Amino acid sequence: MRKNLNVIAAYTIMLGLIILVGIFQSWNVALSIFNMCLISAVMTMGANIQWGYAGLINFGLMGYAALGGLAAVLISVDPVQEAWVAGGFNIIMCIWLIVVMILAIRFVLKNFEKSKIRTYGIAAIIVSGIVILRITSEPSIEAIEAVNPATTGFLGGLGLPIVFSWVVGAFFAAGLAFIVGKIALGLRADYLAIATLLISEIVIAIIKHEDWLTRGVKNVIGLKRPVPYEIELQTKEWFINLVAKFNSNKLDLISTVTDKQAALNQLVIEGSSVFVKLCYSGLFLVVVIALLIITQKALYSPWGRMMRAIRDNEEAANAMGKNVVKQHLLIFILGSAIVGIAGAMLVTQDGLFTPGSYRPMRYTFLIWVMVIVGGSGNNFGAILGGFAVWFLWIEAAPIALFLINLSTAGLPETHELKIHLVESVPYFRYLMMGIGLLLIMRYRPKGILPEKIEIK
Amino acid sequence: MDFINAIILLLNYIFVPALAYGSQLALGAIFVTLIYGILRFANFATGDMMAFGTMITILFTWYFQSLGISLGILPTALIAIPFAIIFSIAYMLLIDKFIFRYYRVQKSPPVQLAMVSIGVMFVTQAVVRIIIGPSDRRFFDGEKFIIKAGEFKEMTGLNEGLAIKSSQVLTVFITIIVVSILFWFLNKTKTGKSMRAYSDNEDLALLSGIDPKRVVMITWVIAGILATIGGALYGLDKSFKPFTYFNNMLPIFAAAIVGGIGNPFGAFLGGYVIAFSEIFLTYAYKKFFMYVLPESMEPETLVQLLSTDYKFAVSFSILVIVLLYRPNGIFKGKVL
Repeated sequence: MRKNLNVIAAYTIMLGLIILVGIFQSWNVALSIFNMCLISAVMTMGANIQWGYAGLINFGLMGYAALGGLAAVLISVDPVQEAWVAGGFNIIMCIWLIVVMILAIRFVLKNFEKSKIRTYGIAAIIVSGIVILRITSEPSIEAIEAVNPATTGFLGGLGLPIVFSWVVGAFFAAGLAFIVGKIALGLRADYLAIATLLISEIVIAIIKHEDWLTRGVKNVIGLKRPVPYEIELQTKEWFINLVAKFNSNKLDLISTVTDKQAALNQLVIEGSSVFVKLCYSGLFLVVVIALLIITQKALYSPWGRMMRAIRDNEEAANAMGKNVVKQHLLIFILGSAIVGIAGAMLVTQDGLFTPGSYRPMRYTFLIWVMVIVGGSGNNFGAILGGFAVWFLWIEAAPIALFLINLSTAGLPETHELKIHLVESVPYFRYLMMGIGLLLIMRYRPKGILPEKIEIK
Repeated sequence: MDFINAIILLLNYIFVPALAYGSQLALGAIFVTLIYGILRFANFATGDMMAFGTMITILFTWYFQSLGISLGILPTALIAIPFAIIFSIAYMLLIDKFIFRYYRVQKSPPVQLAMVSIGVMFVTQAVVRIIIGPSDRRFFDGEKFIIKAGEFKEMTGLNEGLAIKSSQVLTVFITIIVVSILFWFLNKTKTGKSMRAYSDNEDLALLSGIDPKRVVMITWVIAGILATIGGALYGLDKSFKPFTYFNNMLPIFAAAIVGGIGNPFGAFLGGYVIAFSEIFLTYAYKKFFMYVLPESMEPETLVQLLSTDYKFAVSFSILVIVLLYRPNGIFKGKVL
């Protein structure tokens, strides 16, 4: 108990802060922060597995999160029949073409000695493949995008419950991680960082511009929810009774019947959105706790010890007969899959998929700040980092506004400097993130909750 | 005649813009490569440092404009750049003193320095946005075109016009001057040679009595010059928007790695490799073939290898290919 005191203290403070937001701002805000904290925590766990367990830098988190989001779309949206009729067959043929292309490349790689001719041969296969793909797919893509472009204009999905996408998102991300890992894992640490960052940008470019699959920058809105809708809840008898029961003290104070009814209506509307958010929190908590248990078990298993050995001394681990390349690839895939889950969860919560919103600042670097601040190699630390940094990210603007008002209290309201500072309040969050990261790296390089390895 | 028209078409839409864009990338890539070669880390704050230099340039430009100083047909920013360089050098030395130096003395692994540079990136981004705001700004004044498309058509009687913006000429011109001075400095002067020695083998350089503090300081000074000029030229040619500068970091990294990171000449060429391939692969050649081929063979489609949406993706794919086949870059060999 005693040795975990700092963990418990840190989490108590964190939850206390969120509860304070609930009391002083509103429970709605507090819960939406809490939900995003949970999603961030899943992402940081993914990054932490790669960085903390194995020392692999993955700056491509954004790409995996976006693929998870894409999975949410492809699973939950109803299929667009007309689009399938218009171009579905052709698209399936194109997918076959890609498969044939990959097989051909594999065949060449396996059966010929490494030489210049082989390299050029592979290049020729790729170039001719792309040309054929473009020629065959163009008419059908145009046909698909022409189907009711204002509302659909894409193939749609499978029409299954969106929760399935969390698993599928993990598989999507794992598939991408397999390819990226095969290409880039041999690179030195900082090259790997740059390469993964750039590959994730390519993924985003594809998601943004292949409208037949993702609707691109036109966004997919109104995804199905795994939890009830507010509007439906507000008409349900049992929910209204529940709200009335919860707020009976408050309602009893109101004397007239009409006023009471109006107050109850207001409370029901507020309560419904809190209730929906609570449902999400429950779902997300299940994921976070399940992942936490699995990752903790893995960390203390023989496999976890091997990963740390590889991280701390690659050559020695290699000499002990551990397959470093294979293990690196495995952990890269596992970590990315977790980020994919988080991406699907995020889209599930928002109910919309906006490819344009995937930017490296928000989905790669911020997550890395969370991992470093929280404590790499320690799952509790990573989750705490997710909570603390996201909390600060959201609450930075009010804090900055407060500080600006405090420091410029002597200036009149119309002073140019004050107006300018107040206008640029949203950007103080970058400043806080940066300074926070720099301070942590300088004075507590292992994070708030450092890695602690006990031999059990 | 058709053939000349086709050539002019390519010059106008591919060669001139790519040359200007490539020069801007090249300056940034040399900046990345210098930091990598001497301080030994990948600087993720590159784009934002360039934005910082450009921001100071803009502030000075506004100041000069308010004083009524101008260069006539040349943009006022040209007088502002030297002042901006001083500020950016000061900023970089400050950052180095308070942030990077600690890790250098500790001999931290490059990865940790890269992480620290992310912290610097956040801070610089915030500083730029707080001071000048996130919106798009144009600060080019003076004569916009050297040759306008219409004038060119009249002059030569061709169907295709060739438009050359003065910002493009300035970019190429200034890049050539800056880069030649830099290479002269690195190859001929004693300080430059000591920098190269330090980059090649730190211990040996220290043994020969090279002062590491001085080398590091000069590196940041050169970095400040390159970042400000590169950023200001990009801003003059296109426009200044902090977010675009952050994004430009990616093709700049690609250029530096394609050229062989740590090798300034490679980085210089890498900038053009990236710029030309981006524009070559995404240009629609329909009109070109209409001029070159006889009428019966004219293409019906746009004859575009990749849609322009994939502009960025092209440079990154090149990078991935280079990393796969020549991890040390195209122009490996001697360091710095």
